[in-house]
Amino acid sequence: MAQQLSLRQKLEILADAAKYDASCASSGTAKKNSVGGKGVGSTEGMGICHAYAPDGRCISLLKILLTNHCIFDCHYCINRKSSNVARARFTPQEVADLTLSFYRRNYIEGLFLSSGIVKSANHTMDQLIEAARILREEHDFRGYIHLKTIPEADAELIHEAGLYADRVSINVELPTDSGLTRLAPDKNARQIEGAMDRTKSRILQAKDERKRFRHAPRFAPAGQSTQMIVGADGASDVDIMGRASALYGNFGLRRVYYSAFSPIPDASAVLPLKRPPLIREHRLYQSDWLMRFYGYAPGEVAQAAEADGNLPLDIDPKLAWALKFRERFPVDVNRASREELLRVPGLGTKAVAKILAARRHRTLRLDDLARLTQSIAKVRPFLVAADWRPTRLTDRADLRSLLAPRQEQLELF
Amino acid sequence: MQNVSLGAHYVVNLPEPDDFAFWRERARGLIQCDVPPDRVSWVEPGGTGDLFAAEGPSRGERRLPVSPEYAREVRASKRFLQLARKAALHSDPARFGLLYRMLWRLQSNPRAMEDKADADVRRIEELDKAVRRDAHKMHAFVRFRVVEAEGGAEHYVAWFEPDHHIVRAEAGFFMRRFANMNWSILTPRGCIHWDGETMRESGPARRGDAPGGDPVEELWRSYYASIFNPARLKVGAMLSEMPRKYWKNLPEAALIPDLIAGAQAREAQMVETGGKDMGDKPGTLDAVGEAIARCRACPIGELENRAVMGEGPRTAPLMIVGEQPGDQEDVKGRPFVGPAGQLLDEYLERAGIDRGEAYVTNAVKHFKYVPRGKRRLHQSPAAKEIDTCRWWLEAERDLVKPRVILALGASAARGLLGRTVSISKVRGEPMPLEGGAELWVTAHPSYLLRLDGDAREKQAALFAADLAAVKERLAELGA
Ligand code: SF4
Repeated sequence: MAQQLSLRQKLEILADAAKYDASCASSGTAKKNSVGGKGVGSTEGMGICHAYAPDGRCISLLKILLTNHCIFDCHYCINRKSSNVARARFTPQEVADLTLSFYRRNYIEGLFLSSGIVKSANHTMDQLIEAARILREEHDFRGYIHLKTIPEADAELIHEAGLYADRVSINVELPTDSGLTRLAPDKNARQIEGAMDRTKSRILQAKDERKRFRHAPRFAPAGQSTQMIVGADGASDVDIMGRASALYGNFGLRRVYYSAFSPIPDASAVLPLKRPPLIREHRLYQSDWLMRFYGYAPGEVAQAAEADGNLPLDIDPKLAWALKFRERFPVDVNRASREELLRVPGLGTKAVAKILAARRHRTLRLDDLARLTQSIAKVRPFLVAADWRPTRLTDRADLRSLLAPRQEQLELF
Repeated sequence: MQNVSLGAHYVVNLPEPDDFAFWRERARGLIQCDVPPDRVSWVEPGGTGDLFAAEGPSRGERRLPVSPEYAREVRASKRFLQLARKAALHSDPARFGLLYRMLWRLQSNPRAMEDKADADVRRIEELDKAVRRDAHKMHAFVRFRVVEAEGGAEHYVAWFEPDHHIVRAEAGFFMRRFANMNWSILTPRGCIHWDGETMRESGPARRGDAPGGDPVEELWRSYYASIFNPARLKVGAMLSEMPRKYWKNLPEAALIPDLIAGAQAREAQMVETGGKDMGDKPGTLDAVGEAIARCRACPIGELENRAVMGEGPRTAPLMIVGEQPGDQEDVKGRPFVGPAGQLLDEYLERAGIDRGEAYVTNAVKHFKYVPRGKRRLHQSPAAKEIDTCRWWLEAERDLVKPRVILALGASAARGLLGRTVSISKVRGEPMPLEGGAELWVTAHPSYLLRLDGDAREKQAALFAADLAAVKERLAELGA
């Protein structure tokens, strides 16, 4: 064995190895704080980004690997067995200590712990759980913990992980089965989905029990998430969106993260060697938003794709969709439903809410709109306002109920 | 009841710049006395107020009218209260006047807050947003440093420079998070201190009052530098969330200029050490042949040897994959022409498979050997070399599109599967491959050459049976 690595050297190696993982969120978990406890930590719903890296990504958690040793040999992965990278290994105690020293200085919201597979899936899972257990039980840590679970590990271990963690994740890695077979020959899509499915049931069960017994243990209150690598195999955006929507639907995932495949040191030659497709990743996140917040069905977002199954890179998917369905525009800002307004390129959910509120008081003109939206130039071609009409006005007479103002009861000041 | 003379001007001096309750109390009274917004000046400590306030003969509360005994109720919407509480913390000296004007307007138009296009509503929303952003940045960018107090107890001290009067309002957040620590947050607008039981306030501090460093910062900076992926440089995105004005109080921010400057070189190095750029996959078998002749993607290509291309019909239904060219193959430039090739030919013939109708190639295109005097001793390729050369094997597969692939030996199987399998476990059964072809795996004929007696006979029988199964399968597929 080589000379002992210092804690700092280990941290460098094991944070470096974790930088390809896209997930960072620390939001949406059960509210907790350290008042009345012995340790530190709080979660108040919204996660906090404590710093930003020059890659524009938020740093909210100490995101590290327990070890980057791995018995698997997945081609896209820097930690794969046949890769020549420097290896290191934390003890669970070291992970807990690092988390606490960073947390107490307000550098982070908590821990995101993942790992290469050492010895066996169960052994690895045991070690991940042990780090979380030390934090929760020995130090009464009440900050955020995200554990990446190993799909090959026993269901009981994954269950235990969920009792300590706010969120658990199981990476699907590649959007298609064939991509997985080719690039992650040691992994198995059915096994990954099986683990997700069991996690989903545990989450639902725990929620149900909590409704009936206030002290029932929480299980991953921030739900489960997953990550897919984009651009390492030949999967198209339509393939990827289809997979994502199936994952949301089948396993109740909170988030599907996309990670543009970036060159990894000592990579296998079966991988593309170029700059990560960041714009493509961005377009996929936008399509994800359209499905989650704008009421688009997965099939509709797919309609925004071009003949090769990929979203255009030069315009966002919402604009791409609108240009394909021109007959649905322009919509009248003073009469259109929320759903229709949400389809207007350039109008976000907040702008739509403001329009709906403002039009109870006045008939909106173009300069009113300019005050309510980010860029009037972008939305103008798709909208009709009191003093503006790009083309023919679509006739809608049945919107009375929407226009009728809601009376708010004022309170004693 | 006191009469309010038209034209009188009132000045309200706030005891603290963030005293919303005080403002609320006075605002209620003034509205009950029908004092219009342009007749009140709100002055915070140290502030001069507006022209009227400065001119006033006597400043202060004495001049405020007293609410009538049966004063009307003053009302405001929930939304207004929500926003006003935050907006009152803004550093804009005009905020209290603005809030009073809005409260005044709400009395005659209870729904005035709903009009998002109204200038006052918009301004209040802006103030609220700025204050919330400031609070959010405080939650994020406070960095505690440890100092030892007497008795060895740790005391965590931070320096922060908020834009608005948020310090007192945010004390609760830090208390809930760090309930069991001793901490202080020092700011130029006042300080808060928590000792695990009580909250204490003190006056403005200076930067020099806060500690200059912490032993853990070096680790934190290591983390910050390592978690950054130089291949994804997006400086604009970082700056919009972490503007430069905060950098001076963030220990990790000192690294940013160097990380940005070095990113391109690090990315180039990642690509460099990321293996070799094999270029685009060639579109014809001839182009594959030319490309492998130039290929030096793995160390085998650096030896003295020549690349050996596969051969056979461009549309062969069967593809036979060996391990690598041997000495004779290298000399002749053709696959499977040495002793192992001759043995393979014999068995193929016995199984009724016409070698001329199959596409025959190797998992690795160059001959790997160690020189021993004049001889070149065969060496098995490493897993990584097979994985590298897989690029070319896949290029051939994409062009020939065989229905059935027969892999001879473990190296060949790895070239197709990307993982190492045990021959005895997978032989005799087809494995589906991406793209629809099926893979059959058997031993390499050179393995038979190394055996004698019973062992050889046993293996020879297995080999013959595997070939027979492939023949049968081909017939089944009509190929
Ligand atoms: S053996 Fe394959 S990968 Fe290595 S240099 Fe030759 S052609 Fe290239």
